[in-house]
Amino acid sequence: MMYKIWMSVVKEFLLLKRDLGGLIILFIMPLVLVITVTLIQDSAFKTISDNKIPILLVDNDNGSVSKSVFENLEKSNLFSVITQIDNKPITEEVAKEAVYKGKYQLAIIIPQNLSIDLQTKIDQNVENIVSKMGLTETDTSAQAEKPKVIKEKEVKLYFDPAVQMSFKNAVMSSIDKMISQIETKSIYATFQNQLGEGNIQFEQKSFITFKEIIPRINNKEVLPNSVQHNVPAWTLFAIFFIVIPLSINIVKEKSQGTFVRLLTNPVSNLIVIIGKTITYSIICMIQFYMMVAVAIFLFPHIGLPPLNIEGHLFLMSIVALFSGFAAIGFGILLGTVASTQEQSAPFGATSVLILAAVGGVWVPVFAMPKIMQIIAKSSPMNWGLEAFYDVLLRNVSFLEIIPKISLLFLFFIITTSIALFYDKKKRTV
Amino acid sequence: MQSIIKIESLSKKYKDAEMYSLNSVSLDINQGQIFGLLGPNGAGKTTLISLLCGLIKPTSGHFSIDDLNYSNHASKIKKIIGVVPQEYALYPTLTARENLHYFGSMYGLKGNHLKDKVIETLDLLGLLKFADKRIDTFSGGMKRRVNLIAGILHNPKVLFLDEPTVGVDVHSKNAIINYLKVLNQNGTTIIYTSHHLAEAEDFCTNIAILDQGQIYAKGTPKALIDATENARNLEDVFISLTGKELRDDV
Repeated sequence: MMYKIWMSVVKEFLLLKRDLGGLIILFIMPLVLVITVTLIQDSAFKTISDNKIPILLVDNDNGSVSKSVFENLEKSNLFSVITQIDNKPITEEVAKEAVYKGKYQLAIIIPQNLSIDLQTKIDQNVENIVSKMGLTETDTSAQAEKPKVIKEKEVKLYFDPAVQMSFKNAVMSSIDKMISQIETKSIYATFQNQLGEGNIQFEQKSFITFKEIIPRINNKEVLPNSVQHNVPAWTLFAIFFIVIPLSINIVKEKSQGTFVRLLTNPVSNLIVIIGKTITYSIICMIQFYMMVAVAIFLFPHIGLPPLNIEGHLFLMSIVALFSGFAAIGFGILLGTVASTQEQSAPFGATSVLILAAVGGVWVPVFAMPKIMQIIAKSSPMNWGLEAFYDVLLRNVSFLEIIPKISLLFLFFIITTSIALFYDKKKRTV
Repeated sequence: MQSIIKIESLSKKYKDAEMYSLNSVSLDINQGQIFGLLGPNGAGKTTLISLLCGLIKPTSGHFSIDDLNYSNHASKIKKIIGVVPQEYALYPTLTARENLHYFGSMYGLKGNHLKDKVIETLDLLGLLKFADKRIDTFSGGMKRRVNLIAGILHNPKVLFLDEPTVGVDVHSKNAIINYLKVLNQNGTTIIYTSHHLAEAEDFCTNIAILDQGQIYAKGTPKALIDATENARNLEDVFISLTGKELRDDV
């Protein structure tokens, strides 16, 4: 039996060796993928700061608030503020059209009299508070005069419809924060004027600040960076892409007639599957070590931080191996059920994308809707990803990853058993 | 002579099919025979061979090979039979030698014995100098010969051949038939399907003519010709038994 398994492994390697396209899918594409995605994600903010995003500012206020907004936007290092096009001040209509056509990603429209109205509103509020506290003399003429009604002001934001929600939310939140700060500053200044003609000094620095406490491993701070996040995620994604060549391999065996020949030989289908599992597990591990090597040795040369796997390589290898098993099980099932390569290849690719999406490779599971979070927990890609994060970022021991790798192995056993059962059932028709 | 294959009331009806592909077929094939299963398209020849090779399960009936009942001794039977399917059941990107080493090892052959057997059979079928060429560079006739070798490396007691000479040139056909005759002389019982009636008449010691899942006639080619009025050859017997109607099969 061992010799038959060995010969099956040799045969699988020979088949792969002679399949250039398959080799590219197995070894080159994952490397390209992990390098590209990590580069994009890591340098996202660097790119923004190096090449500022041009945004349009329509200043209908021409007051202190709009000046403050302009200065804060410029200071933020994220944006370069454009207030004129072709040497003409921008109107709201022009800005709107330019943004909706995708020429710019954002336009901010500061309404007329924002500074004056804001100051008037604050004055009214402060005066009201101060008078209620009995700190000022009551002016009878003023009492008779009703305070001017100030309508709420609206700063309009126009976004390019192609802009992603995450970018939109980040920009809206930082503009909201900026405007709040301007308002707070104005309120403090008005109180200052009302109360003591400048002799009372309010501390305008934020009282509450926050600090991230970074986990320490072996007395060293482990600061997760994009590489620590991306390499495990995309390595796992690449490992699962083994589903495509493996399912094609099985479909080919059926269409070439070699599978039928094997059925007539004194060899069980299980031995054939063990041969494929060993071969593709070795490939998964080669893929994994190649990607880790690239992340450690190549990344620093292309401006990325290196992957820090200090003391984690063994556990990471175990997670990669069991993730590989899960992918192989899925590939075997797909190859057994599919009748043609036209069925197995697109279905394999699409299902891996879905598994990745559901598993939290692109969007973290906690950010998903409730129902998707439940589905995510049943995705093998999620078990693998969480196991990788446990090892690499949460510094857990082998015992703590056992539940996740057991699930991955169980997935392999179930999918392979279904494949064997399906094949047997098919032959009894 | 002793029966090596005993088939008793073997039937096969595929799922959703209206008719039986094989309907209560009983047949004895003796050791050392070259037994031809002949019949028009859809007669049930491939179904019968697939059943005997264990590729599909019968709906009813049973059979034994070398006194081993298939339902109880499937794996033992697989060791003593060889199968040469109609399609080239080979890995196109592997060489002839790599293919044969792999399929030979699946029959339990290994080491020098396997290597020597591969070289010997490749040589006998005129393929030794192409041993390390990939199958996808071979002509149809060369592929057929490698396909045959892959089924006989383990010296099977019973060899099933499904259209072994279809689509090959005369030289390859002769090489295959001559080699099969040598195998038979060395004790291998051969069960063979073919549409080449002249070839079957010359090659087979015994014949069964199947149609619509049933055996219409069986015997030696000479006996069948003699028993059929105005028949000069096996083709006349065949037409007489199965009619002239076209049997397109989908």
